[in-house]
Amino acid sequence: MAILECRALSKRFGKVQALDSVSLKIEPGRVIGLLGPNGSGKTTLIKLANGLLTPTAGEILVDGRAPGKESKALVSYLSDKEYLPEWMTAKQLMDFFADFYADFDRERAAEMLTRLGIDETMRVKQMSKGTREKVQLILVMSRQAKLYLLDEPIGGVDPATRDYILDTIIRNYNPSAAVVISTHLIADVEQVLDEVIFIQNGRVLLQSSVDEIREEKGKSVDQYFREVFKC
Amino acid sequence: MEWVFRSELPIYSQLVEKIKLGIVSGALPPGTRLASVRELAAEAGVNPNTMQRALQELEREGLVFSQRTAGRFVTEDVSVIDTVKRDLARQQLERFRKAMGELGYDREGIMALLKEEE
Repeated sequence: MAILECRALSKRFGKVQALDSVSLKIEPGRVIGLLGPNGSGKTTLIKLANGLLTPTAGEILVDGRAPGKESKALVSYLSDKEYLPEWMTAKQLMDFFADFYADFDRERAAEMLTRLGIDETMRVKQMSKGTREKVQLILVMSRQAKLYLLDEPIGGVDPATRDYILDTIIRNYNPSAAVVISTHLIADVEQVLDEVIFIQNGRVLLQSSVDEIREEKGKSVDQYFREVFKC
Repeated sequence: MEWVFRSELPIYSQLVEKIKLGIVSGALPPGTRLASVRELAAEAGVNPNTMQRALQELEREGLVFSQRTAGRFVTEDVSVIDTVKRDLARQQLERFRKAMGELGYDREGIMALLKEEE
C-alpha cells in the first residue's frame, strides 16, 4: 500500500491556488524528489502531509489515513525553517525528541553526533548554520519512521555538508520507509533519488523514475527540469 | 574506484559499466566479496535501489553471484571475465575505427600509423 497518497488534493490560500487537484502515490522503499521552482507548492504539499495544513478539497492519506495523531507517529518531518530552541544542548535535543517520539533511536543519533564531532553539551546557539542543519537532519533521520518528509534539506549549505546530508539519507535507507526530498537543486540530489515528481503552479507535471527519464530523454533529470521549467 | 556519472545515460547502466571495468581490469579479482548494497550505494553516492538493480544486471551477465547469507562475490569463472573483457575491447576498437574512419584512415592507414608510433 502507498505510504502517501493524494486524491484530487487542492489547497487554496485566499485567492492563491497553492495546490490544484494533485493526485499521486508514494510507495515504501523509495527516495523521491519533489521538484519544482520556488512557489510551486512543494512546501504546501509537505505541510498537508504532516497535518500542519488542512486540504481545501480532495484527500491526503498517510498509510491509508487522514493526517492526525496516528500519522504523526509515522511521519518524520524536516522543516525548511530552523525551529530548534537556541538554548538547548545537543543532549537536551535528543531528550526532547525521545520524549516526543517513541520511534526515536537515541543511540543512533548520539553516534552520528559523535562522528561529526559535535559535543553533547554544545548549545544550538553555539552551532554554525551548517552544524544546525546537520543536527536537525540527524534528529529527523534517527526516527524509525515510515515516511520522511525533508523540506529543502540541502538549501544553503556548503558542498561538504550537502554530501554529508545525502550520505546520511543513503545510509539510513530502509526498504519499508519512503523519503521525500523537496528541492530545486536537482543536480545535487539526482543520484540518490528513485523517482521524481515535477510540480508547477500547484499541479503535478510528471512522476517518473530518474533512470526512465535518462533513458527516454537521453539527458539528466536536471537538464530535463531546466527544459520543462524554462523561464 | 572513483564514481563520476555522465548525464545522458541511466545511472544504473553506468554503475554496471564501472563495476564491470573493475572486474575485467583485476581491481576486483575473481572471488572477491563485494560490500553490501547499502555500503556500495553510499560509496558511490547513489540510491540503494539503483545499486541493487546494477548488481542484479551483473548477476544476470554471470559476472557476479550471490550466496544467500554470505553476500555477493565476483565470479571465479575466469572464462566469463575474459569474454566480457574481449567484448569491451571490441567496443573500444569499433569506436576507435569509426573515429579514425572519419579522419580518413582505413585499416592499412591505421596499422601504418600504429607502427610509426611504436
